[in-house]
Amino acid sequence: MSLRRIFALSRRHYYLYKGSWPRILELVYWPVMSLTLWGFLSLYLKQIHVDLPAVVPVFLGALILWDVLFRSQIGVCMAFLEEVWSRNLVGIFVSPLTPLEFVIGQLLVGVLRTLAATFAMVLLAALAYGFNIFTLGLPLVAFFANLIIMGWAIGLLVTGIVLRFGQGAESLAWAIIFFFQPISAVFYPVSALPQWLQPLSWATPAASVFEGMRALLNSGTFDTALFLRAVRLNGVYLVVGAAFFMLMFRLARRDGQLLTIGE
Amino acid sequence: MLQRQFLSELAFSSNGKESVMDKNARVVKVVNLTKRYRSTLAVNGLSFHIEPGEIFGLIGANGAGKTTTIAILLGLVTPTDGEITIFGLDPKRHRRKVLERMNFSSPYISLPHRLTVLQNLTVYADLYGVRNIRSRLDDLCGKLGISDLLKRHFGQLSSGQKTRVAIAKALINEPDLLLLDEPTASLDPDVAERVRSCLLSYREEKGAAILVSSHNMQEVERICDRMLILKQGKKMIEGTPASIISRYRTKDLESVFIEIARGEDN
Repeated sequence: MSLRRIFALSRRHYYLYKGSWPRILELVYWPVMSLTLWGFLSLYLKQIHVDLPAVVPVFLGALILWDVLFRSQIGVCMAFLEEVWSRNLVGIFVSPLTPLEFVIGQLLVGVLRTLAATFAMVLLAALAYGFNIFTLGLPLVAFFANLIIMGWAIGLLVTGIVLRFGQGAESLAWAIIFFFQPISAVFYPVSALPQWLQPLSWATPAASVFEGMRALLNSGTFDTALFLRAVRLNGVYLVVGAAFFMLMFRLARRDGQLLTIGE
Repeated sequence: MLQRQFLSELAFSSNGKESVMDKNARVVKVVNLTKRYRSTLAVNGLSFHIEPGEIFGLIGANGAGKTTTIAILLGLVTPTDGEITIFGLDPKRHRRKVLERMNFSSPYISLPHRLTVLQNLTVYADLYGVRNIRSRLDDLCGKLGISDLLKRHFGQLSSGQKTRVAIAKALINEPDLLLLDEPTASLDPDVAERVRSCLLSYREEKGAAILVSSHNMQEVERICDRMLILKQGKKMIEGTPASIISRYRTKDLESVFIEIARGEDN
């Protein structure tokens, strides 16, 4: 494995963002807009004394963490789609870059995009709503890491689908994560879901992360069992996502789809 | 013959790269290559080889199997059957080693439009592990006459300029094997001639082998040492352009091409 080749891919995206203000704007626009909306809603709920513990931290914390998951997933997909849109994928695949290096490069770009968007949200939450997410302390790193990894896994799944089925499937890059939102218990506990849906919810690493965040905000304790559950599930998700991508890559080579993608 | 031998020696010593191949090995050896897409036979039992320092033409009508063959050599498509060795190595097992010494250009692929020429070439120089990127780019861009384009976005260039930049990308790692899919398609005669001259001088300088797919028979006649004509994935004839013309008793390669394409191949 060559770090130089992996960083070459990251550098390619750095150049792209450096020279494109609409892309930089897009990176922070949606996170900031949704935080603004949810911030006002949280303040309103607080004003009318809704019987919810720590209403502002719970909502804004959940929103920021949800966005980490979403940005991580979309970041991986965008790193791939940018190559498809610029018809550069063949050039990359015939270079000595291995598929594994390509995947790692994509994940790295996903993380960098996530950090940029999260920084904007964290700053706005602190300045506008007095919510400092860093009060969550060290467990915040565990939450972030788990959500980023889950985003990677879903991103790889979508990338594999686009690789195999072409650009017609690219809208999945934006849509697929919203399949996970209702069952990830982002803004409400898993127990709020219908009984039959709860096992599905617990099968997502995100549900454990959001339950863990609420436990920390409400009782001040970090639930190690929830954390380990998320880690185990993420292990499975990541292996499945990577294996799916590699399988789709192999099938795309067999059927000559690497040549026609982007046309 | 002596020139070929000299070029062959050069091919193995250029760039100071560590050579892992057998000195006597052919650059490319393809035996009984077959590619089937469901009911379509895109490449049908194709065999050929390319010697070091040779410019080899892969010719055929649209859909004859040229692009599929090139894509198989590049590892973009997996063959259904057959054997390939590149630099004496099995490209499936030695993918990175083989690709480090190859490069590819085609009008059907592009470079990111929002990146400048310099940024694009730097990224590819990193992907190919080029040492002394700055001096390599100075040398290459000077030869191709694109030094004044380095700070411009790729998307702002004319098609002739884009082709020269794409050729620069294809030569960035000083490949021992260069695969070019229609390198002069859609270029005006002046730019096309510059590209051909550049390829010929690169071959002279580095002793590289070049595989060219083209529809321009005059170009093939001018630059190719040997060529192969494909029809429906099958080899129809292989040889030097002169020997093929004489075998078909026609005035030029274009007539041979038309005769084969229309089915009057014998």
